[in-house]
Amino acid sequence: MSKFEVNGHLYAAEPQPGQCLRTFLRDLEVFGVKKGCDAGDCGACTVWIDGKPFHSCLVPAFRGEGRKITTIEGLAKDGKLHPLQQAFHDAQAFQCGFCAAGMIMTTASAAFDEAHKADLPHALKGNLCRCTGYRSIHDALQGKSNIEEDVAGQACGASLPNPFTDAILTGKARYTMDVAMEGMLHLKVLRSPHAHARITRIDRSRAQAVPGVIAVYTWEDLPRRLFSSALHEDHLVDPDDTYMLDNVARFAGQRIAAVVAESEGAAEAGCRALKVDYEILPAVFDPVEAMEPGAPILHNKEDVVGANGNIFCTLQGEIGDVAKGFREADAVHEMTYSTSRVQHVHLETHGSIAWKGDDNRWHVRTSSQAPFAVRTKLAYLMGVPTRDLHVFTERVGGGFGGKQEMVSEDLALFAAMKLGRPVKWEWTREEEFHGATTRHQMTTKVRIGARKDGTLTALDVHVVSNTGAYGGHGSETLGAAMGAPLAVYRCDNKKGVGHAVYTNMVPAGGFRGYGASQTTFAIECALEELGRLLGIDPFTMRRRNVVKPGDNIESIWKEPSDSHFGSYGITECLDIVERELAKGNGIGKPDGEEWAEGTGVALAMLDCGPPTEHRSGAEMTLLADGTYHLAVGSSEMGNGITTAHMQIAASIMGVRASAIDIINSDTDRAPYDTGTFASTGTVVAGKAVHQTAEAMREDILDFACRHTGAPRDTCRLDSDAVVCGNKRIALSDLFAAGTKVGHRFAVSRKAYLSPRTIAFNVQGVRLAVHRVTGEIRILHSVHAADIGVPINPMQCRGQLDGAVAMGYGWALTENMVYEEGHMVNPQLRNYRIPAFADTPRTDIFFADTHDLIGPLGAKSQGECGINPVAPAIGNALVDAVGVRFAHLPFTPDRIYTKLAAKP
Amino acid sequence: MNLNTITEVKRPGSADQIGQWRDGYAWLAGGTWLFSEPQIRHQHADRPRWARLDSAHCDSRRAGNRRDLLRRRSPCLQGPADWRAVPLFRDCIDAFLMSFKIWNAATVGGNICMSLPAGAMISLTAALEGVCTLWPRDGQPRTLPVVDFVTGNHKNVLQKGELLRSIHLPARALSRRYAMRQMSLTRLGRSAALLVGTVNDGGTDFVLTITASTPRPVQLRFAKMPSAEELRHAINEQLPGDGYFQDVHGSARYKRHLTYYLAEQIRAELA
Repeated sequence: MSKFEVNGHLYAAEPQPGQCLRTFLRDLEVFGVKKGCDAGDCGACTVWIDGKPFHSCLVPAFRGEGRKITTIEGLAKDGKLHPLQQAFHDAQAFQCGFCAAGMIMTTASAAFDEAHKADLPHALKGNLCRCTGYRSIHDALQGKSNIEEDVAGQACGASLPNPFTDAILTGKARYTMDVAMEGMLHLKVLRSPHAHARITRIDRSRAQAVPGVIAVYTWEDLPRRLFSSALHEDHLVDPDDTYMLDNVARFAGQRIAAVVAESEGAAEAGCRALKVDYEILPAVFDPVEAMEPGAPILHNKEDVVGANGNIFCTLQGEIGDVAKGFREADAVHEMTYSTSRVQHVHLETHGSIAWKGDDNRWHVRTSSQAPFAVRTKLAYLMGVPTRDLHVFTERVGGGFGGKQEMVSEDLALFAAMKLGRPVKWEWTREEEFHGATTRHQMTTKVRIGARKDGTLTALDVHVVSNTGAYGGHGSETLGAAMGAPLAVYRCDNKKGVGHAVYTNMVPAGGFRGYGASQTTFAIECALEELGRLLGIDPFTMRRRNVVKPGDNIESIWKEPSDSHFGSYGITECLDIVERELAKGNGIGKPDGEEWAEGTGVALAMLDCGPPTEHRSGAEMTLLADGTYHLAVGSSEMGNGITTAHMQIAASIMGVRASAIDIINSDTDRAPYDTGTFASTGTVVAGKAVHQTAEAMREDILDFACRHTGAPRDTCRLDSDAVVCGNKRIALSDLFAAGTKVGHRFAVSRKAYLSPRTIAFNVQGVRLAVHRVTGEIRILHSVHAADIGVPINPMQCRGQLDGAVAMGYGWALTENMVYEEGHMVNPQLRNYRIPAFADTPRTDIFFADTHDLIGPLGAKSQGECGINPVAPAIGNALVDAVGVRFAHLPFTPDRIYTKLAAKP
Repeated sequence: MNLNTITEVKRPGSADQIGQWRDGYAWLAGGTWLFSEPQIRHQHADRPRWARLDSAHCDSRRAGNRRDLLRRRSPCLQGPADWRAVPLFRDCIDAFLMSFKIWNAATVGGNICMSLPAGAMISLTAALEGVCTLWPRDGQPRTLPVVDFVTGNHKNVLQKGELLRSIHLPARALSRRYAMRQMSLTRLGRSAALLVGTVNDGGTDFVLTITASTPRPVQLRFAKMPSAEELRHAINEQLPGDGYFQDVHGSARYKRHLTYYLAEQIRAELA
């Protein structure tokens, strides 16, 4: 046996020959060592070997023998956080927290010297964070604190730290895969090598003969039930076009067969040993071609598509008379804009563990934004009642819409039910690119006209959305694309046609910004072009046309809408960004005449919540010690919603947030919640918490009134006590009094989403672009958000930092590149999410608004910040070089190609 | 990541302790690339195995061993005052896509043997006219210039089981003046083009090494400093329009454009 020293403990163990140190440490239940990419790109698995930092996923485990290995668990000494852990605590330098262990193990190492600290773009090359935009990480390394004290009665509006901070920063917080279970089996899938093919035969004999393989499942073994992997309250908004395993592959990467084995290695070997015969079918990748007569048809089932061929959904409408509007225009701009397919790259990959409990029920531990919706779908697919299923998350490492999708739970549960043993399916990073969902690629033709003074007279858009092989989220994202980005401008004449089209591409799904991002890019660029034609500056152009309270908030349909201004802050946001850009930040363009400088702005509007149903429940109880327990179904995936919910409840009860014990995202322990997506964490689940806390307060005061005989209007809560007239009773005493008479101090409320309030975001960018190399440098990035009252300003800022950074990634660095439906760059070194070096620090401002619809004056904040970023960059580029770049991403080679072609 | 297809690790003290070389064997250097991608290729053979042996040393006098080269940031290598090209080590190390934590594990030889167009140690050692010593499984060691070692994207001259034992950098090359230019699609990203020029005092013997924009390193030698036109002409002579490397880190057309642009900057700087 080889000897390993890990965090001061000695282990005698023999690694597998090809095992890397990362999994070896996790096999020893050192779960603080995370997997983000398993390929040396993200740094989440960083550990020290003899004090030096290494990516443990790249270190052969045998090389750790006899060395001193330190992981995040070994950093705190005598219960005291390491100074870097403390710095990350004080700056709250994480959101989901999945990257934090690696960030700390990198920056706390002796190797991270002053030279590294002085050059963070270089020094943090090997650490990726998808949530924060790196600002809070930068703050931590500069010793800055971003948190405030938790004071009773002042919870709302305070920058309180995440309640799980210490667990996250010491490696104790358990993410989805951070558990060991007796008898665990491992599931792996074989994925289709073909973009379109029918399976004619599967020979599983060789796979079954692989030592350690327990079972092989193909389409013949699974229930033949159509469903959609997309998760919504109303499952009918997504087409039932998917089987858990199918005999037709409609995209390269679709799962073909599942192999369950005693080890991951054996399951992989089993997948390789499967012999599958395919009848290759013609494939189509371009949605325009897919709409043409004679195109290969993906779904030939009447219950899926009907007579429309590959067109899954068409949305169209007109208000006013667009033809007349264009006749009245003094200037008309027309151009086709397109956006690219991108992946969420939540640092924690998808994965689920399913098992049968002592209660004879099925338990699914998963990484999801919507465990209740997962439970509903699993019950349907497996043919069991929902009461026999328990679906929950513990800590989730990022979502961004990618986990509004049931892609790992079904097979793990199916296998567990068949085999009676726990089954784990952990996805690889490469699988995320091949087999999870992406943002919808959309192409938008815009025609827009205005009078000389800039007043819009007509807007006409034509949208083609590539929904890929399956249609989940296809119609909803198209609806969002045809909604707010058009409704944000007053114009009497608007028209739109949009198609969501099946192709043999990886399915698209929900992604932060959700369809609106794509058409916001097109329309905000087009509005800029129209302003340039008319000689009107971008701010004036937007102020003149942006929708105001009292206007109809409508895009291309006249039906009444439940969108309503609970507050209105767009003019303030425009003022802030204009002021800040004018003021500047002192960063000039690089020297040299090759560098051109330009400034751009764009705005985005968000209906706070989906137009479809969304509901959330909360329960609250007073505990014997006078503190509270709050249960809410809503999921936390790093968005900070848990902290916000505690703060909402605490502010109603007049206590410190730490007096609220909270559980969420668990179908057994919390009431129903549709899921944390579509900007609903604050405005729906937060509303449920708000109403529940108010009910709790009333329940306590009512009982106190009866108990003391004091008049009800003299009763009030006072932190951990209730005051009735001149009596002060500790809540713990009141609880005891209640217990005697059978009063339980437990309440529950439900919230629904309607009306939907409206939020705004404005992004300003000043950049330099190199005319010869096409390199872009962001010189100044300003963002103003109209999100109502920030319940936790630090967290709201963090959400915007992250959203804006993701916008920079979409616009500048990220691109899923395909050849005949096969992605050629499914690794993070080849698919570049913004690293520290790519991410400008953004100055973030909030409009001073108090919303009348959202709880405690708050609105949605995490989603919409991404939407104006790409068009602001595009508008700055045209300002700099006079050339419109209408297609994302703006990579230097594309910039060069277009500039070189300029006459 | 786990390479579950590996069935055995051999840890010989010297190359000759590996007996018969079999299909599926591979030398393991730092492992930073081998462990970064699924290595199914080792699976087709029977019982794939690894042998571990450090695969490369930089044998240049006083140049230190491979780990020092990669580990130490600034200055990463010291030399006599007349070794004016020494800072190129640091420039090329900074051109790595990967982080300093990778430098703790990766080796110079491993980077060269991986033979990526953007392998920064290929750029470095090719530009400094390095000479590889290879140990074949049978027969005598052989030597050849680094610039000829890499033959294409992920392709090189190594025969089955052959080992890159050392790279010799001539002091003559280390003493030359140099200029280096690098560009990538993202900030500090993988090189789309990495060019190095070196020149003797007096402007004679200008050597331009083009890497990253081409599938393999391309070296141009001029007896005296060329004019801009002569340089461009020479590039076109040696590199036809389709001689550039197209991948997600830059289109071939763009890399060609960068090659002209950066080459001219180097020429102007050294002229």
